[in-house]
Amino acid sequence: MSGLDKVVGSYDQALAGLNDGMTIIAGGFGLCGIPEGLIRQIKRMGTRNLTIVSNNCGVDGFGLGLLLEDRQIKKMISSYVGENALFEQLLLSGELEVELTPQGTLAEKMRAGGAGIPAFYTATGYGTPIGEGKEVREFNGRKYILEEAITGDFAIVKGWKADRYGNVIYRHTARNFNPLAATAGKITVVEVEEIVEPGSLDMDNIHTPGIYVDRVIQGTFEKRIERRTVRSQEA
Amino acid sequence: MLSREQIAMRVAREMRDGYYVNLGIGIPTLVANYIPKGMQVMLQSENGLLGMGPFPTEDEVDADMINAGKQTVTAVSGASIFDSAQSFGMIRGGHVDLTVLGAFEVDVMGNIASWMVPGKLVKGMGGAMDLVAGAENIVVTMTHAGKNGESKLLPQCTLPLTGAGCIKKVVTDLAYVEIREGKFWLLERAPGVSVDEIVKLTAGEIVVPGPVPEMEF
Repeated sequence: MSGLDKVVGSYDQALAGLNDGMTIIAGGFGLCGIPEGLIRQIKRMGTRNLTIVSNNCGVDGFGLGLLLEDRQIKKMISSYVGENALFEQLLLSGELEVELTPQGTLAEKMRAGGAGIPAFYTATGYGTPIGEGKEVREFNGRKYILEEAITGDFAIVKGWKADRYGNVIYRHTARNFNPLAATAGKITVVEVEEIVEPGSLDMDNIHTPGIYVDRVIQGTFEKRIERRTVRSQEA
Repeated sequence: MLSREQIAMRVAREMRDGYYVNLGIGIPTLVANYIPKGMQVMLQSENGLLGMGPFPTEDEVDADMINAGKQTVTAVSGASIFDSAQSFGMIRGGHVDLTVLGAFEVDVMGNIASWMVPGKLVKGMGGAMDLVAGAENIVVTMTHAGKNGESKLLPQCTLPLTGAGCIKKVVTDLAYVEIREGKFWLLERAPGVSVDEIVKLTAGEIVVPGPVPEMEF
């Protein structure tokens, strides 16, 4: 790794510097577009007391669910976590702290965090338990609550292709939270299906410009499907 | 009493040509099957897809192509894909023409509760709070009353709210009801269901503005 070349050769290098008690922002929606290898590496490292910011928490035995098995996560900041029996058990026993956050607010918190905006007003959650204790302000006759941005010590991101300079493109709905997470990490690590040479991605269609990215690693992906739903072949 | 499919059919009548529509999980998803013929509608899936198509065939299944319910889907020709902030920008910014979602309770003030039952497990609100805060035109689908006849159309919601003062239209298994001026207004009834029966199962104040037509299917 030198100059603008962000490619690292091992998962050890990819997550070097990750320590107990850190905050990690993770891309992905359900199991779609999750950095599978980076999550496995966190499990191997055994890092503990982590705060994970991710829309979901994987499923039992896969994705972020792996980090629940060894009690590596102290706190989850998520919009929806109900996919996972171990999660339920840890939540009920008080071993896991959960900060439920509306999905759009969660995305905007990441975007704001990456864009240097410390907080923003949104109507989402006003008048609900999510708005309790938060500053309320009226604009044009409507009430809004103040939500604070999120940044992470690390962001872990799953891309489709990246060039050596860390320019990333995503594929289909595997994009989801990934470009937002990529902007909000002090150290952003992108795990991709394919690494290409600079200049080979169309510069008009880069989803994450390389300035946000610190490390790129070539991954291997199972791409497990959570709810395979098909229609019958039509005649 | 309306079946799940009939509730979806009734909701589909709220669609207009050229609408962008977000359908929630459960009965709202079924609405996609009843888009009136000849009408062009784009379905938005809040995980970042505008132009959701039918479920894939076995050959078309793609792990990178899912809907907000995490089911594998396809995209229609002319679809677009974007990140979650952009997706909720279009939702919060009021660009979605029609939002359909389920609920546990609604009340005469247009409040909705749909994401948590204290004492039972909390799975999270997902995108529901953003959807109800951002949309002007929301249709709620729900059963009118619980198994023991306890009304879900209330003077005041008892469960934690998803949104305050945002609901105006409700399709239940018994009726089509609008919320105006702090009251429910009974505008249509399910075939074979009497006005008295609906009034009896509505705990919040309900106005019967005149003869209430039966829905036709």
